Amino acid sequence: MARRSKGASEINAGSMADIAFLLLIFFLVTTTMDVDTGIARKLPPLPEEEIEQEDSQIKAKNIYVVLINSQNQLLVEGQYMDISALRAGAKAFINNKGRDPESSDNPQKAIVSLQNDRGTSYEMYIKVQNELAAAYRELRDNRSLIKFGKKFSDLNKAKQKEIRKEYPQKISEAEPKNIGG
Amino acid sequence: MSKFKKDTGKDTPGISTASLPDIVFMLLFFFMVTTVMRETTIMVKQTMPEATEIKKLEKKSLVSYIYVGSPVERMQGTYGNKARIQLNDAFANVEDIPQYINAERAERDEKEIPFMTASIKADKDTKMGLVTDVKQELRKANALKINYSTRKTN
Repeated sequence: MARRSKGASEINAGSMADIAFLLLIFFLVTTTMDVDTGIARKLPPLPEEEIEQEDSQIKAKNIYVVLINSQNQLLVEGQYMDISALRAGAKAFINNKGRDPESSDNPQKAIVSLQNDRGTSYEMYIKVQNELAAAYRELRDNRSLIKFGKKFSDLNKAKQKEIRKEYPQKISEAEPKNIGG
Repeated sequence: MSKFKKDTGKDTPGISTASLPDIVFMLLFFFMVTTVMRETTIMVKQTMPEATEIKKLEKKSLVSYIYVGSPVERMQGTYGNKARIQLNDAFANVEDIPQYINAERAERDEKEIPFMTASIKADKDTKMGLVTDVKQELRKANALKINYSTRKTN
């Protein structure tokens, strides 16, 4: 009773820092800062019988055929190719614009057809997808630098759409087959 | 001159630690807000392949993850080392994917469904056969927006 009259004594807040540190360390340890990144793709809807005829009307010269076998080797347009040459090869094909009569007519018509074996490793598949995506990105960058003086990723949405129309990313994946080899 | 000399004789005062809790709390709140607790225990090996042409996955709440890979070492006794699919917390078969996607859809708002993405987190040593099967099942479930999870390299 005698103490009360002096006024309530203050709570010692000296250990607050310790408690806060404890919590801080807990959250530091449990936190995962990983940002999920990846290659975005759209799957085609399951084919219906009527649509299939449309595919056959595409001229063979407008299709860039990329095959990957179960040994992770590439066959591009009937020729063995190293992965390091794929980007340049795809760019030359897409941007042919009728120069080489055996190659694509124009970028709008060019289609990259990708086919892999069931035994292909996922790593190789991603590498090929990456190289093809890079080929398209470089082409779009080039075009937008000429047209707007900026990189594709720095353009606004309407301009991006314009460039995208000129260089549509057409990567078609064949229905899976077991080609073996 | 004597004005300046006066101070040197005294002890240097200690640095006040009164604001230390405030600083620590600030950090604490930062980590509390940014932290994401892992909802699932991953039971398959996950070494992501590397790529340069990547996009960030936006809106994490709209992403459904499909883990593909061979079981981690402590699970290999029970499940073998053949590559498998993991959905949520359990191993699953390819046929379970449409059901999983539909369950994920049911949890979301109807207008958010078109923006949902399926993220395929496959180990780089997985064979494409299994990944293709997963893709086919996703097509059957009409979940066409996908994302191959990769790490960034330069």
